[in-house]
Formats: sequence, C-alpha cells, structure tokens
Amino acid sequence: MDKKLITEDGRRLDGRRFDELRPIKFQIGVLKNADGSAYVEWGRTKILVGVFGPRESHPKHLAMPDRCLIRARYHMAPFSVEERKSPAPSRREIELSKVIREALEPAIFVELFPRTTIDIFAEVLQADGSTRCAAISTAALALADAGIPMRDLVSSVAVAKVDGNLVLDVMDIEDKLGDSDMPLAMMPSKNLITLIQMDGLLTNEEFAKSVELAKKGCMEVYAKQKEALDSHFRIASKEEV
Amino acid sequence: MFKIPINFGTRQLVVPGFLLAEGKYEAGPNVYNEGDKFYSTVIGLAELRNNVVTVIPLRGCYIPSVGDVVIGKVVDVITTAWMLDIRSPWLGVLFAKEHLSKPLNVMKEDARDYLDVGEMIIAKIISFDRTKNPALTTKEQGLGKIQRGTVIEVDPTRVPRIIGKKGSMISMLKKDSGCQIYVGQNGRIWISGKNREDEALVAGAIKKIEAEAHTTGLTDRIHEYLIKNRM
Repeated sequence: MDKKLITEDGRRLDGRRFDELRPIKFQIGVLKNADGSAYVEWGRTKILVGVFGPRESHPKHLAMPDRCLIRARYHMAPFSVEERKSPAPSRREIELSKVIREALEPAIFVELFPRTTIDIFAEVLQADGSTRCAAISTAALALADAGIPMRDLVSSVAVAKVDGNLVLDVMDIEDKLGDSDMPLAMMPSKNLITLIQMDGLLTNEEFAKSVELAKKGCMEVYAKQKEALDSHFRIASKEEV
Repeated sequence: MFKIPINFGTRQLVVPGFLLAEGKYEAGPNVYNEGDKFYSTVIGLAELRNNVVTVIPLRGCYIPSVGDVVIGKVVDVITTAWMLDIRSPWLGVLFAKEHLSKPLNVMKEDARDYLDVGEMIIAKIISFDRTKNPALTTKEQGLGKIQRGTVIEVDPTRVPRIIGKKGSMISMLKKDSGCQIYVGQNGRIWISGKNREDEALVAGAIKKIEAEAHTTGLTDRIHEYLIKNRM
C-alpha cells in the first residue's frame, strides 16, 4: 500500500481531523406514501428510509402474540457504488438488514403493538462508507416521524484505525485500506449501546479508546438528529407566539 | 417533598427520549418513566397537568379505544363478519350480529349482499384489548353504512383540533356550510351536503385546520375562509 491515508500535517484525505464527522444533513417526511420517512446526506453517502406500520402482519403466521414484528431491509441501489451492484440482495445486505433491525429494536416499544409488523426500508442511493451507521441514524428519525413510540432515538457512527490512528466516521477508502473498522450504535440519552461490530485488529486500549470516540461521535449525530426533528416539526406545527 | 423542576416549557416540542421531568410525577400518555425520570416516547408537545406529565403527539396512527366512533372501510368479507380498515395497526371486525337485525343465514344469503369491499361504515368500538382485533357495532343511532356524501382523511392526531373546544370548531363548520359533518376518532370525516361544492368547501376548510392545527385564533380564520370561498 503506497497511498497514505493520513497527510503529514495530521489530516485525513478529505481534510478532516481525526475526531471530525463529515457534514451531515437529515431531512424528514420526504416520502408521502410512507407512514414515516427520512433522508440523509452524510458526506457523500446518501440514504433514503421509509417506515410503514405498525400494520397487520402479512403473512399472518409471522405475527407474534405478545409484541410487534420488526422487519428491516437494507438495500443498495445498483448505481450506489462505482461498479454496478446487482440489485438482488447479497449476503452482506442480508446481514446488514439484520444488524440494523437489532440496533433499532431495543428502542421501540414493541409490546404496545402485538400481532403487527413495522417495516423499515433503507435504500442506499450513494455509498461512501458508514452506510449501516447512516441507515440506523436515519431509520430512527423515520420511526419517530411515523409516530412510533420509542425509548430514545438511535444514533450511530463508525471508528476506524487508519495508519495507526483512530479516526471517527469512516469513509469508503479508509474502510477499504485501513486496519480496522468498528461501527457502534447507541441510545444517546440513555447511554446504552445497541450495536457494536468490529473488523480487523485492535489492542485492548485501542478498543476502549475507539468506543469512547464513537460515543462522542454518536452524541454529535444525536444533536444533528434532534436539530432535524426540531426544525421539521417546528415548521409543521407553526407555533405562534 | 423535594421536586426537581420540570425540564420543559409549556407546549414545548420534544423528541423521543427527551428527559421531561425528575421527581414525584405521574406518566401520562406518550410518556414513560424509569424510576423518577420521565421521558417522552414520541415527537410532540409536552404538558404538565395536575402532576401528570403528558406529550400531545404530532404524528401517529389511531389507537382504538372502547366507545370511540370511527369510520371504517370494508377490506375483506368473511362468512359472518366484515373486516374493516379503521386506520389502526389492527383491522376492525364487524360481526353480522352486530350489524343486521336478524341472524345471517349463511345457507341462503351472502354477507356481501349487505356490505361489500370498499364500502364505508360508521361504527362504534365495543371491545378492544390488543390481544384481539377491535370489535365494532353499528346497532346504535347514527351508525351504519354511508350512502352519500364525501369521506376525507386527516391525521388522527389532528382530530381534537377539528372538533375544537367543546365542539366549537365543528359546530361552526356545520353552521357556516349547512353540511352534515361526522368526525370519526380515527381521522376519517364524513361530509354530506346539498351539493358537491358545499362538501368540497368543507373538505378544504378541514385540510386548512389540519395544516394549521397548532396555531391560535384558528376558529376565526376558518370562519373567514368559509365566508370568502362561499360565492
């Protein structure tokens, strides 16, 4: 590997500091046909999320008598990456769908809607790393937009080890050429982690530092999520003084 | 008793997970507590009334409640019952004995002869506990199949605003337009007037109420709107 991922003056390839997020812009209520929806531009990553439900379970045998079923579908559009991606669900997408569902499930009051289903569809329009984190953070907003009762929002960000440095909010090239990648999702106001995964190798100290860095990043994402909800619903509710 | 002050202003916009209050309070609708800490579960406007912390939701589906009158749409016909879409997570069930005056003789007649898929029904919820689908009845004054008029849909969270304080908004709408208006708790509204134009006028006014639900002085503005568009 001859290309360096960290420049001499301690910056990353896109000029960010090690603990800096990419510019994140959330939009809420972008799909009229969905019960709740959100869209994110997270650096060059762009994801659209639609939420349906809670609604009657189909097929019926999937319904659970004591809680609602949550289904998540993570899908990358064929044009989302440089080389055409087959639109059929790949092994990776099936795994990410599961991971996203499990990251969001602890936040939802599933016991309030027995025998029903909540469907979450995350469509990656453009991928540039951290798509699972962006999908989880955006899906939390779409769920809130659908009015589904939740314990907290879920915020997510990834930390990587690149040329021996721990960096926040991994982009595609850092993920591919770096030494490790660790996505983390949490309920920020509860300080509870709902997802943690790791690729590559980290020492114990590095791991502890990565978790701290990711938590700090999650709090920043959380602030952006709240800001997006605030500005969308403040306009929608048009409060007069 | 020492109380930590509440953490929000009157009718402040809150998001899920927002810490509303700490101390000896009670959790109202859309609020949950972990010990002494009270959090919001939805996006809405926070309120404190008689020591109860509540959040008025801005978004959400209709949750059935016994005694509510709703407007349902037939989506399925089974041997002795109709399944109604009442815009809740569960389909409503209208049993033949809750709709017909005599028992349905399944050997001779078909439930479809009475109600078919796509028809709209005003019905009352007689039982619901989340373990079974909400059961409906039409055996009361003012309930039954909708024969004429227009049915429009609004967000169920806006229904209280359309009715207004002690029915102020809805009675104004009825008086100004001369239409019969029936608001189902599930956000479906039946309007029946002398002609289509009157119905369209009311539909437009209701859409305006829905869009401006959280503003003040709305009743007066809707009154002006109706007069201006009356022509």
